[in-house]
Amino acid sequence: MSFALILKHLSEGFLHTLLIFALTLIFSLPLGLAVCGGRMSKFAPLKFLIKDNTGEKSLLKKICSFEPIKAVFSFFIAILRGTPLMLQLLVVCYGPYYIFGITLSSEWKFLALIIGFVINYSAYFAEIYRAGIESIPEGQREAAQVLGYNKAQTFFKIILPQMVKRTLPPITNEVITLVKDTSLAFVLSHDEMFTIAKRIAAAQTTFMPLLVAGVFYFIFNAIVAYVMSKIENSMRYYS
Amino acid sequence: MGTNILKLQNVRKVFDGKLEVLKDISLTVDRGEVVGIIGPSGSGKSTLLRCATLLTEMSSGELSYLGEKAVWTGEDGRAEYADKKTLRKIRGYFGLVFQNFNLFPHYSVLKNLIDAPISVLGMNREEAKENAYALLRKMGLEDKADAYPCQLSGGQQQRVAIARALAMKPEILFFDEPTSALDPELTGEILKVIRQLAEEEMTMVIVTHEMNFARDVADRIIFMDEGVIVEEGDSRSVIDNPHEERTKRFLSRMNEK
Repeated sequence: MSFALILKHLSEGFLHTLLIFALTLIFSLPLGLAVCGGRMSKFAPLKFLIKDNTGEKSLLKKICSFEPIKAVFSFFIAILRGTPLMLQLLVVCYGPYYIFGITLSSEWKFLALIIGFVINYSAYFAEIYRAGIESIPEGQREAAQVLGYNKAQTFFKIILPQMVKRTLPPITNEVITLVKDTSLAFVLSHDEMFTIAKRIAAAQTTFMPLLVAGVFYFIFNAIVAYVMSKIENSMRYYS
Repeated sequence: MGTNILKLQNVRKVFDGKLEVLKDISLTVDRGEVVGIIGPSGSGKSTLLRCATLLTEMSSGELSYLGEKAVWTGEDGRAEYADKKTLRKIRGYFGLVFQNFNLFPHYSVLKNLIDAPISVLGMNREEAKENAYALLRKMGLEDKADAYPCQLSGGQQQRVAIARALAMKPEILFFDEPTSALDPELTGEILKVIRQLAEEEMTMVIVTHEMNFARDVADRIIFMDEGVIVEEGDSRSVIDNPHEERTKRFLSRMNEK
């Protein structure tokens, strides 16, 4: 196979890589915010039982201050961060068949791939957002409260913009990792660039397609890093 | 209720069921009055201010603005707060100037001044801008409308923070150690602004460590220690002629500095 042909196949695969990348970001960035909201939830349905503030720490008090939403989301995040993404993709893809016996259509694989990536990345983004939100001085919230902003206004006008600025560097890290993680799509033998490179490499017994794929990732990531630094710079007007 | 703008009655604040920071504090502030609160660190001054501005929940006691109740003591002896709608209305009666300004760093000076009037009070943009420029002129910052807080000195930031509070047209303005985060040479500009507000008969409650300033600008001084009001009275007589032993000790320590 000629170099030009390899390049052509890889380029076609790269479009799929790009699609996985774009869809994952489009859904996981906002979903991460929702997960973050759940993770930071202070909803405690039994709290009214311990209204008196008597300081002593009893078991009853612990039970009554249980925060179910926070617990569920913490668990969700722990699983998603604590197990390999590859395994998660397999579970999302084949789980419905093994657990419920549902026959899977051919489109399902791609859908499962995107779902797997989106929920995994939303867990990481959620934790980044949480760190960003918690790093904003309490005084910002207090100033907003005294000025009469309601909770939604305080979050969207005051907290969120500052959170975005603060979390851009770690978000960039995740986005760059995602570019490379798209190659995990090969476990569901989805025809993205890396899967194709591996197939050609195996068929032609040459390492070259994999190296070319590496160059693709590298260049793409250079572009991602450049764009992210532009965005960061656009927020330099305040500190 | 007459001219009472702020009324605090029998306010108690207990942290974690142990630490009693405020022990039965009562305080009323009339229209146009300037009240200075002094006292050593940990005496409860800031907590009192935070309770009055609804930033900290009091354990029991009463709080009302212009005769409207925000907090009262329920039958079980604990503080009960008015409903959200009432509290939102009451928040419109007061403004607070923080020790570390707490300006919104991502907003320009102008936006800091107009955003709350527009999105909370529903003021139209032109009116809000006009007010903001008038306030900036008053603060001597008319050329800083487009600057961001990080480009300003601490003194300028604090003046913007005062303007931001005034933009909401509060009935009463609280200051929580407004000069404590500033270099000594910058405190003067803030004190000047507060003095000017006092001349315009703005109702104010000022927690401060600046004794000379408190004596000059306040009509009434409250000396707090260990969660109680130890001494209260005309500002000159409290600072120059304190009756209580604890007040005397505190003031002589302050003079040594």
